[in-house]
Amino acid sequence: MRIVAVTSCIAGIAHTYMAAEALEQSAKKSGYDIQVETQGAAGSNPLSAATIAAADVVIFAADLEVKDKARFAGKPTVTVGVSKALADAPTVIQQAVDLYESTPATPAGTAAAPAATVGAAAAAASGPSLATKVPKGAGVGTRIRQYLMTGVSYMIPFVAAGGLLIALSFIIGGYEIVSVKPADIIGNFNAFSSHDWAALMFLVGAATFGFLVPVLSGFIAFAIADRPGIAPGIVGGAIALTVGAGFLGGLVSGFVAGFIALGISRIKLPAAFRSLMPVIIIPLLATFATGLIMFVILGAPLKAVSTGLSDWLNSLSGGNLILLGILLGLMMAFDMGGPVNKVAYAFATTGLASVALDGDPNSVQFKIMAIVMAAGMTPPLGLALATVIRRKLFTVAERENGKAAWVLGASFITEGAIPFAAVDPLRVIPSLMVGSGVTGGLVAAFGSTLRAPHGGIWVTPLVGQPFLYVLAILIGTVVTALLVIVAKNLKRSAVPLTDPLEESYARETAIA
Amino acid sequence: MASTTPLTEAGLVIVDLAAPTKDEATRQLAQTLFDQGRVSDLDGFLADVRAREAQMATGLPGGIGIPHARSSHVTVASVAVGVSPAGVDFGAEDGPAHLIFLIAAPDGADQNHLVILAQLARKLVHDDFRQSLRDAGTPEAVAEIVTREVVLP
Repeated sequence: MRIVAVTSCIAGIAHTYMAAEALEQSAKKSGYDIQVETQGAAGSNPLSAATIAAADVVIFAADLEVKDKARFAGKPTVTVGVSKALADAPTVIQQAVDLYESTPATPAGTAAAPAATVGAAAAAASGPSLATKVPKGAGVGTRIRQYLMTGVSYMIPFVAAGGLLIALSFIIGGYEIVSVKPADIIGNFNAFSSHDWAALMFLVGAATFGFLVPVLSGFIAFAIADRPGIAPGIVGGAIALTVGAGFLGGLVSGFVAGFIALGISRIKLPAAFRSLMPVIIIPLLATFATGLIMFVILGAPLKAVSTGLSDWLNSLSGGNLILLGILLGLMMAFDMGGPVNKVAYAFATTGLASVALDGDPNSVQFKIMAIVMAAGMTPPLGLALATVIRRKLFTVAERENGKAAWVLGASFITEGAIPFAAVDPLRVIPSLMVGSGVTGGLVAAFGSTLRAPHGGIWVTPLVGQPFLYVLAILIGTVVTALLVIVAKNLKRSAVPLTDPLEESYARETAIA
Repeated sequence: MASTTPLTEAGLVIVDLAAPTKDEATRQLAQTLFDQGRVSDLDGFLADVRAREAQMATGLPGGIGIPHARSSHVTVASVAVGVSPAGVDFGAEDGPAHLIFLIAAPDGADQNHLVILAQLARKLVHDDFRQSLRDAGTPEAVAEIVTREVVLP
């Protein structure tokens, strides 16, 4: 039985340390292993990620907000006031033990739960907390889901910051802000120019988006291999971008890097070399091996797939526009900003560039642009709508994410759907694809046009047939939301909807 | 580290503390801090301690009261110890406090001082430590026990 605890009090001088001592004494007496982080005036002694990962249960005996609480996310948690821990440490320890034993995520409990392939039954105690948190008894599906969840949870701040900055830049600066170059504002930033502020927001947002795939990849690897996974994972994600593999490439590189780092870290070395493992040997070998695989083995096929798709699309454009609209819609939603999505988007924007100089407002290229933008907006919008209609189907984190998804979707930032899709891809992605396909087909049928390469709802004034265009988006959004809800209900009835974060929230509130 | 002023000394110990209220007990202990030059403004310091005490009573099970504050009127991290045979009510559920520790931490105290106060706090949890202080008898013995037991980790 391993317990970790955090203590804190108002002044940070006395109770913090007395409670820590009381918990330590009491746990020792009962034969439990405990480590306490005292968040007091004498400086914090942070628990290591590995310690937290290995812990069975967490005690917060804190009168102040626990610092970096996210580290403990997903662990069963007992929350008490610091004086309770001080006055009655044995009871608090016992509460923690009881909670641990009643948590279905203990290895015994996990075995009892049917190992759902796509995470529905992932009642694991350890969610997106740090490190190798996946319980030993967990099924493969559960483990993969938790690796993904960890990556996604660290990626979300980047999605939110980058996405909202880009959206704001469109509101302030209009769609042409995408053509801004860093050189435009470096050295001659004008604080009184709204264009310059918009340009600044766009550039910062774009820089932030550059980290989505590396961070996703890095923290998937982190979930698998703990700290040794981070460097190869982040590098692998960056290489996925370089070779044009995007979001899906980042998922692959995260797993590749994670298992390579895990494998290397398990190699037994003579004691003399052991201290070199974490600082030199693992980072060097794991990063290089990941890079090698991404460049040499996976790079070429991914690039071939990407080019092949692009050529195929070009040969299609003379055919039935509605069919093309449906196809582009499916592609936009397939990987939400990944290579397939980017092929469709590049197809539209390069087409836009080729007709930018002729005046015909009904060029097929403008129609394709309208199709692609509309179909790229419905995935986040549909998911946002779904979180509102059926809150209970979504975790607390997803519901929070749903709020951002409204803005991201309205701004044509399809990536807003990634956090949902990465956790539950088999249910979410097909639903998104159908919704976007419907929207793409409708826009094609309505003959809406668009001259802007980006901007979402904020460039509606630039759309030909704007009302039908918005109608197509609304229909696609509703279709997406309904399908997601239906899909999430499939197979869900057998097992209670549980999510590590959800559970710990519920538990904390119940005990507090 | 070696030059750290001892947390307490005989002049900071009252072995027969008798006070009707926790405010009065705190005042008597604070007076020793002031007399030893460890607190520069008695009333200012007491106000800081009361402010902390008002947030939550510092009486603890086992007959302990630990009024404390981080205050700009404190010149050096100190603890004044009161042993009260009759007891003083510090708001603990299980009865009056027989050991009262007035903990004074300077604002912006250096890390060593805060760590040593943290060590004292940890010691207070142990029955044998508390009992040895109650049995000590003289201010010198109390100060000696605290100084000996509470050291930098």
